[in-house]
Amino acid sequence: MADKNPFPGENNTGHIWDDNLRELANPIPRWWMIGFWVSLLWVILYSLIYPTWPTLSSFTKGFMGWTQIKEYQKGMDEVVEIRSEFETKIAGMSAKEILADEGLSAYTEASAKVLFGDNCAPCHGGGGQGGPGYPALVDDAWLWGGAVENIEQTITMGRKGIMTAHGKILKPGEVNELAQAIVDGKPASSPLFLQKGCIACHGMDGKGMAVLGSANLTDAIIRFVPEGDQTVLDSVKYTIMYGVNDPSNPMSRQAEMPKFGDRLSKDEIKKLTVYVYKFGGGQ
Amino acid sequence: MSDDRQANRDAAVEELYEEAAHWHVNTGDETIHAKRIPGKWRNLKWLSSALWLVFFVGPFLRWGDRQAVLFDIPARQFHILGITILPQDFWMLSLLLIFFAILLAVVTALAGRVWCGFFCFQTVWTDVYTWVEEKLEGTPPKRRKLEKAPLNFTKFRIKAVKHTIWMVIGLVTGIAFVSWFVDAYSLWINLFTFNLGSTALITISMFTAGTYALAGFLREQTCFWLCPYARIQGVMVDNTTSVPTYDFHRGEPRGRVKKGLKKEERTTGDCVDCNQCVAVCPTGVDIRHGQQEGCITCALCIDACDAVMQKLDRPVGLIRYESLDRLDGKEDRPLLKRPRVWIYSAILTLAISGIAYGLASLDAIEIKALHARQPLFVLQSDGSIQNKYTLKILNKMTVDMDVTISARGPKNLVLVGAEEPVKSRHGRVTPRTVFVRVPREHVLEETRPIVFRAEGRDEDGQLFVSERENVFIGPKR
Repeated sequence: MADKNPFPGENNTGHIWDDNLRELANPIPRWWMIGFWVSLLWVILYSLIYPTWPTLSSFTKGFMGWTQIKEYQKGMDEVVEIRSEFETKIAGMSAKEILADEGLSAYTEASAKVLFGDNCAPCHGGGGQGGPGYPALVDDAWLWGGAVENIEQTITMGRKGIMTAHGKILKPGEVNELAQAIVDGKPASSPLFLQKGCIACHGMDGKGMAVLGSANLTDAIIRFVPEGDQTVLDSVKYTIMYGVNDPSNPMSRQAEMPKFGDRLSKDEIKKLTVYVYKFGGGQ
Repeated sequence: MSDDRQANRDAAVEELYEEAAHWHVNTGDETIHAKRIPGKWRNLKWLSSALWLVFFVGPFLRWGDRQAVLFDIPARQFHILGITILPQDFWMLSLLLIFFAILLAVVTALAGRVWCGFFCFQTVWTDVYTWVEEKLEGTPPKRRKLEKAPLNFTKFRIKAVKHTIWMVIGLVTGIAFVSWFVDAYSLWINLFTFNLGSTALITISMFTAGTYALAGFLREQTCFWLCPYARIQGVMVDNTTSVPTYDFHRGEPRGRVKKGLKKEERTTGDCVDCNQCVAVCPTGVDIRHGQQEGCITCALCIDACDAVMQKLDRPVGLIRYESLDRLDGKEDRPLLKRPRVWIYSAILTLAISGIAYGLASLDAIEIKALHARQPLFVLQSDGSIQNKYTLKILNKMTVDMDVTISARGPKNLVLVGAEEPVKSRHGRVTPRTVFVRVPREHVLEETRPIVFRAEGRDEDGQLFVSERENVFIGPKR
């Protein structure tokens, strides 16, 4: 600090370093001050209108009474209102009637996408493509029938088929022979198919029975697709030996479609029925 | 030459010198009050300005039961006379913009800033605003005097009327602009019944304020400081460009007319330094300094100079449309020998033919195919492979049409879901989900091309076809 100001008359603060570095006492530019006061005014007005300041147990509400939740609810109400036209129609119709109406089924397809994603996709895949242990919904093979009513019942009531484990009933050679016949798509070509009682559930021709949920063994689709290093033959052999949902066998395949009748509303199930039907396999 | 005529001439010149005594270089600190004088270019300017009447009248023209030209943004449709342009045809807009950009370049290269001087809304509206000003406040000297005068009732009255008229012009401009985007008749009805929507209201007020400020106050300063075109003209103009030019060979050395001096005794050039060219200039530049950023080539200085030359019995054309080359006595290169002409016209032709092609193929249908991704393919119980596609059929015509869908590609394919024709709604995209099944023995590669074809006929039986290629996906082999 110099005792004598070597730069008089230039409005400096008297703080001078290194001979000539000095701090000037110029006023803040006017535009800046205007911005400053406008911002302050803004804060005051804003805090009057909108919820702003925290208090001990709550916060100031602002005289507009605006909240984010109200804003959100307003938006949701709008959505519900737009949808209500379709929703009321759907409420009074069966899944079959919805399918017959091109506009409504398009709406249903769009709005059931969320339902499918929440409830069905974890097992059946986002596109209904199925996965190891879980049947595909996009193909034309149905264990329990692919008609609208069948699909609706499957979703509402759930499904659980049973196949006895045959590992102790059949000799390894017999398992091999049956499995090969099934992989070839001609189960009835093996005399064992009749002799060992497979026909009881899978039918004389091996085409399965929808009432029992027994698989069609003659088509190209394998109910339990091979996992890991398995071949298709291995997978079929496993199913024959350990069965499906056989309570007496801990190695049995677990395959149960849970019941959605108590989780989803009737309309939601109707929508899902339409959605699944329109995957392309509906009959 | 009689003494009488000489005396008349002297008097006329004396008057001119007095008028222009005020002038100094335009630095934006003072409003330019340009003198208005009649003349050939002045008339031409009114004529070219009159083209803007289309802007005001256009929206009121009808085509059938709708507005002839309507840019319907909410419905995403542009109606231009008989044709309707959908967002899918918007690529034509870029061609149109290219066309006008190049047209601007061509015109500038040949004849300078024709757009600025004769057609630009800034020029035209400023011209109208100053015309109103002159009618109310009088000639430039009077206007300057009024500006300096203290505020009294007369001044207030004149100014109030002027600003009201200016604002009304701005308001009408705003309404005319909005009329291109909504139905013009209902716009006026809504205006008078106070039923205007906020978008229309905000647009109109912005245009009113903008016109008032730009044409009333900013005027030539817009051309100097706001408009980028003034800045890039330097690269568009060359020595062969014909622009209003002061013939300095003939004019210099300039000098005031000396009373009683005989023609033969004169030592100065033809320019009498009367500053009339500057007095009439709406941007306040001195053309005698040559081409410059402020010159909008409106040619009003030509009128002014010619009038003076006629009074003084000197040949007209001291300021005239001329290229620098010709001024220096060189011959202009023929148009066809300039590469610019060829390049510009090539681009213009390309843009125009693109637009023509677009307009000719407007009445059509368009099919798009989206392959389902989850899953990419499905094994069916008979062993065949199924793919799912969402087809989107756009109908760009004015009537609904039944469109039949077919597919070709892998051998023995079966198309499911296209048995019924698609009821394709006009001006819209109608989706349809279809499945394609191919027997396993014909699924030879992981992906194979497949072509979807949409066909429809209008009432006259004319066939419209659109095709789109996609892929058919099968399992890895």
